[in-house]
Amino acid sequence: MNSRLIKHFTFVAAVTVSALLALAAALDTAAQIPASTLTKPAAPDKPPNTDGFIQRWLLLEPIGANGLTDSAVQAAVKKEYFPDQFTVIPHDGDKATVGGAELTWHAVDTLNYNVNLFHFARAQGKKTSDVLFWAVTIINCPREMRDVRLAIGSNAASVWWVNGKEVISIYGDRQTVIDDGVSKRLTLNKGPNIVRAAIVNGGGATDFCARFLDAEDKPLKEITVSIGEVRRAP
Amino acid sequence: MKKLLVAAIFILMATVLIHNSLVFALEGQIGIHDPSTVIFCNGKYYTYGTGGTSLVSDDGWTWRQGARLPRRGLAPDVIHIGDRYFLYIAANSGPTKADIYLLTNKTLDPNSPDYKWEEGGVVASSDGVEDCNAIDPGVFLDPKTKRLWLTYGSYFGYIRLLELDPKTGKRLNPNERPRNIAINSEASIMIYHDGWYYLLVTHGSCCRGADSGYNIRVGRAKKIAGPFLDNMGVDMIQGGGKLFVGSSGRVIGPGHFGLFDLGDGVQRFSLHYEADLDRGGASVLDIRPLLWKDGWPVAGENLKGGEYQIESLRTGTALELAVEGFPVGGRPVRRGPPPGGPGGNAGAPGGGGIFAGIGKSIPTQDVAEVSTKWPAGNIDVRMGNYMCQAQQKWTIEPVANAGGYLGSPYFKITIAGTNRTLAATESGELVVLPAFNGGPEQLWRFDQLADGSWRIMPKAIPNTKDPLVLSAVGSSFATLAKFDPKGEKQRWLLKTP
Repeated sequence: MNSRLIKHFTFVAAVTVSALLALAAALDTAAQIPASTLTKPAAPDKPPNTDGFIQRWLLLEPIGANGLTDSAVQAAVKKEYFPDQFTVIPHDGDKATVGGAELTWHAVDTLNYNVNLFHFARAQGKKTSDVLFWAVTIINCPREMRDVRLAIGSNAASVWWVNGKEVISIYGDRQTVIDDGVSKRLTLNKGPNIVRAAIVNGGGATDFCARFLDAEDKPLKEITVSIGEVRRAP
Repeated sequence: MKKLLVAAIFILMATVLIHNSLVFALEGQIGIHDPSTVIFCNGKYYTYGTGGTSLVSDDGWTWRQGARLPRRGLAPDVIHIGDRYFLYIAANSGPTKADIYLLTNKTLDPNSPDYKWEEGGVVASSDGVEDCNAIDPGVFLDPKTKRLWLTYGSYFGYIRLLELDPKTGKRLNPNERPRNIAINSEASIMIYHDGWYYLLVTHGSCCRGADSGYNIRVGRAKKIAGPFLDNMGVDMIQGGGKLFVGSSGRVIGPGHFGLFDLGDGVQRFSLHYEADLDRGGASVLDIRPLLWKDGWPVAGENLKGGEYQIESLRTGTALELAVEGFPVGGRPVRRGPPPGGPGGNAGAPGGGGIFAGIGKSIPTQDVAEVSTKWPAGNIDVRMGNYMCQAQQKWTIEPVANAGGYLGSPYFKITIAGTNRTLAATESGELVVLPAFNGGPEQLWRFDQLADGSWRIMPKAIPNTKDPLVLSAVGSSFATLAKFDPKGEKQRWLLKTP
């Protein structure tokens, strides 16, 4: 093959690769399409659904992240992206600056048992692949509840904290399965309890679901879910 | 009359029986012939054999010789009803002339002030002419009707059924003729399961050591009086009987089935082998899991030490150390496009491409190598898809001198090739410790369940007496929880990796 032919071939290859990358980028940050499964919360408190799933969350717009192995996910979620990221209780519309970009917290109610993060990110015109989502909610308990478990499913990997303590971590490229990851027995305080999650997606769909189970592995329904401010114990 | 001749010989044998931890059967002094159904009394397990011998155990694993019966007859059986133990034992006075006697006691514990055997008279006989030899009693309390029954007989004719009085243990209607329900077998006994009566008998010859052809067979009937048909529809009164358990491995001539129901769907059966080759061919007691398949009892086997994958029946995921796994053979390196695609080679064997492998055998993952990346201290457990990785392979092995339970010793569970040991925590959860130190929270009991899966239970859990067992919680985690016999969360498959 002579050098002219090689140059021609290289040019064609470069154009093709560029086109493919552009297409991929276009697909990944598609035009803003309203999230059909998510709504803005209308009332201060919301009970879990009939199966105990927590449907009200504050979600931060996605942060770029790569890797779904144990070590990659742990490194991604332990990295400090914004101040007080493990303690902040954000409000709808609050901003966080991550790597020079301003990201917004959004309060959402999901219509389903799960929270569709693909819908969420696409509605903001954000990336849905190779990203990390922060999610926070507040669980209000009428009394102290012992021997309960947080039970979650996520697409893909995720790490979860209850009242600041890491209680679940699941890794790998996995789809959301109800009660895939279940914490050890824990105690929910009377009053507010903070549930925080970091969900890391590789490619494709991304979502999560979460509920608490009682000592008999039955869904916990005596709680209410609120966001944005910590209510005092009744 | 084989058994009469054998009784005296056996008494001699029983005094020299062998003690030690071998492959099959139990620990301690386990020499016995024609054992009665193992029975529990005052915290101890008992069984009685031909010659009036008995064995006793504190835990069901290690046995010792017990007190002799006042009668030194043949092949006793025993049942507990109300505040009494009814023991039936036979004596031959001619080739087929025999009687079955009743002995009663308030306790089986010789150290109890209530321990006193009382004669209850003869409950069944054969006259030496009729086609029956009234030996080998098997007593059965019908759980449906609460009526008490006795089966008996041997090779000389019929196996017979008659009714007993559950209040006294004596024969209920002496003038009523016993019914013939099987023929030319020994050690008959009945059990009830899921709407069926099962008659278990022993076929073949006894009392010839490793040349004994004893094997346990079974038929079933909807009514207690039969007909008892085997799996091929052959009536046991015409010689039918589905094989329940025969000789295998290093044990020959299983006979004298006895059911021990632990509740929650966990059942065991007691038996003897005519010859345990590892114990010099002696006749010994064993206790094994009783399983059920397609409406028929199946003889399970006690767990043997080895390397296993522990898979949840609930989730299909395998118990593993909560550490990052590494693909066997290392992370794959892409070597070109898939076969058939542009630039591919259509998948020619060994021709490269991403599906072609590396062209040579990939060795088993070396735990010594991958474990260098694991934390040194305690590590959680979780469950994941089985990927043949080191953190998913467990060595389960019996622990010497750590006691046991009915039929088995306690086991330790370690990551294969390491000392990292599965243990129960005081919060009713699980952890893998860096090393085994013999603590009761590190000793595990394996009960095989009716479907062949296993219930896995720590010997003790710190700060609790609740009998919790290994349980799946969600798809990807394990915990300790109360056993639910109707569910799958606490059922585990042990697979050879």
